[in-house]
Order: sequence, then C-alpha cells, then structure tokens
Amino acid sequence: MRPALPAKQPAARTEQIILFRVSGQLFAVSSASVQEVRSVDSLGGATTELSQPGLRKVRHVLRRAGKPVYVVNGAMHFGLPAAPATLIFVLRRTRTALLIDGIEKMTTMSRLQALPKAFCHEERQWYRGLTSLEQSVVPVVAPEGFLSEEELALLDAALPQDEMSESGASEEAEWTQ
Amino acid sequence: MTLPMDSDTQSFVLLRLGERRFALAAKNIAELVAPTRVFRFPHQTPEIEGVILRRGRIVPVCDVAERLIGKSLKSRRLYLIALRRYAGQAEWIALPVTGECELITTEMSPASDADSPHVAGWLSHAGDVIEVLNLAGLTPGPTELLAPAAPLEAEEARP
Repeated sequence: MRPALPAKQPAARTEQIILFRVSGQLFAVSSASVQEVRSVDSLGGATTELSQPGLRKVRHVLRRAGKPVYVVNGAMHFGLPAAPATLIFVLRRTRTALLIDGIEKMTTMSRLQALPKAFCHEERQWYRGLTSLEQSVVPVVAPEGFLSEEELALLDAALPQDEMSESGASEEAEWTQ
Repeated sequence: MTLPMDSDTQSFVLLRLGERRFALAAKNIAELVAPTRVFRFPHQTPEIEGVILRRGRIVPVCDVAERLIGKSLKSRRLYLIALRRYAGQAEWIALPVTGECELITTEMSPASDADSPHVAGWLSHAGDVIEVLNLAGLTPGPTELLAPAAPLEAEEARP
C-alpha cells in the first residue's frame, strides 16, 4: 500500500510591491499600480506649472495619453517635512503622479492587514492597509487616495486654456522606461 | 454545598495611569505586554501614536492618558491589549499603562446619564471609587452605534 500523499498547501497569495521613501518615511505601493518611474530631472519641459491655491500639494501637471496627470508632492500630501524629490511615480488608472525621495527596493508582501478602525480620518483614503515586512510595519498606499474627485475637478478647472484644448488631442507615445 | 452565584459580580482589570486607577471589563482584555517598538507613519488621528506588532497582528496604540488624566504618560511600562468593538466588528487596541495591572471580581454600578461617554460604570475597591472605562467612548473610531458583541476577526484586505 502506498502512503497517502500529503495534501497540497494552497499557494500563498502574494503581491509585488515597491518600497519607497517620502521625506524619509517608508511607504509601499503595489508595483502593478505604477505605470512609469521617471527621474524629476528627465521631465524637464514636459510639465506645466499649475496654480491652484486651494491645493498646494499639486504644482505641476504633465500629459499622458492626451490627459492631464497631476503631480502630487508626497511630503505635502502626508503632512511630512519638505524633502527634495528625485523620482516621480506615474500611477496607473489614476490621473496622479507622485513625487518621492527615492525607491528603497522591490519586494513581495504576502499579507495586507486592513487599516485598524481606530484610524478614522483622511488616512483611510490614503492607505489600502498595512503590511509587516522584516519585523517592521509599512503602510501600503492607495493610488486613488492622493486626489479626490473634488480635488481633480478643482485642478481641471485651474488648467490653463491651452492645456484644456489639448485634452482631446491624439494620444502621445507613452514614456514607459 | 453550592454557593449561590451573584449574577452582578464581574471580573475587571485594574490599570494604572500615573497616580490614578481605572478599570476595564476583564472579558475585553487579551493580555498585558512589555514595552515594544512602536511603528509610526503619517495619519490624521491624533489619539493614535502608532502601531505595534503582536502575535502577527498590527495593533494600534491609543494613548488614553491625555484624556483621562490630562497628560501623556512619561514613564510607560506596559501595554494592555484590549478589545474595541465597532459596528459589526471588534479589533485589538493597545493602551499604554504605567504599571502592573490587577484582576478583581466585584460588582459594578452602572453609569448614569450625567457620566461622560467613556464611563461604563463605577466600582468600589480597597477604599477607592474607580471608573470602569467604555472603550467605545474613549478611543477613536468611525461614528457608529455600538454593536452587540461581535467575534474578533480582523478584516483582511485582499493582497
């Protein structure tokens, strides 16, 4: 008689994430949410300055697929001290790009714990949850949490007229690197 | 011989914040743990100072001393891990306390309308009158109606 084979363990669900820093603070984002990573220097003239006094965390707009993408200062968004940003994440399925200090590393998370309910303010929009990595706890950002629908409407209204008229123009080639 | 059971008697954990003592229903307490690393990240809930890792769970640390005794704890020795009930769910929270805790069994006088929302009742012990804390009235959470006892099962977000 052959011994019974051990039951197969279901494969743990994992997700690839990028660990990055904003003003020295460590965050994570799903790598599937990041469409592009650009250096701030490489953007050069590709951004347009934007003035929306009610929303100081957004100072620039760039264009992707004929649509405006708003550049959010990560430090201001999270209420952290200002720090020089070197990279920009263009976030997939949003109209948001995020200024960050730099990338720490790519890794895998196997468990995402929902943000405890004791956190009951804006952070509930900021984060998908928390993950534990190497005996540390890292918040996992929600790409859609950087700009609300109301904020996007405000920013659209503040776009220069020539930017607005280009919104319907043919799609640009993507800069994915 | 069987002793008659007093149905009004409950177990409470007495905790110390500075010079004052408070009580929590023992059924809502998981454990008392030694100081451990608090992980901090940006958020907008001032009562929460960060999170700790405990038995694989991420537990928010809620300093209730400011509200109860008017100042934060300078010397914090332990964390009391307590159950905080929310509508339809319950989660652990860590309460920093000054020293050792004590388990007692006694009767509780229910709170009156004049008491603060964080007071669940009062008990008398060793010559002191001690507030029994209502965590739902003391610690932050979404605006809610307090639900009946819910099983402890932390929500898992989809990885």
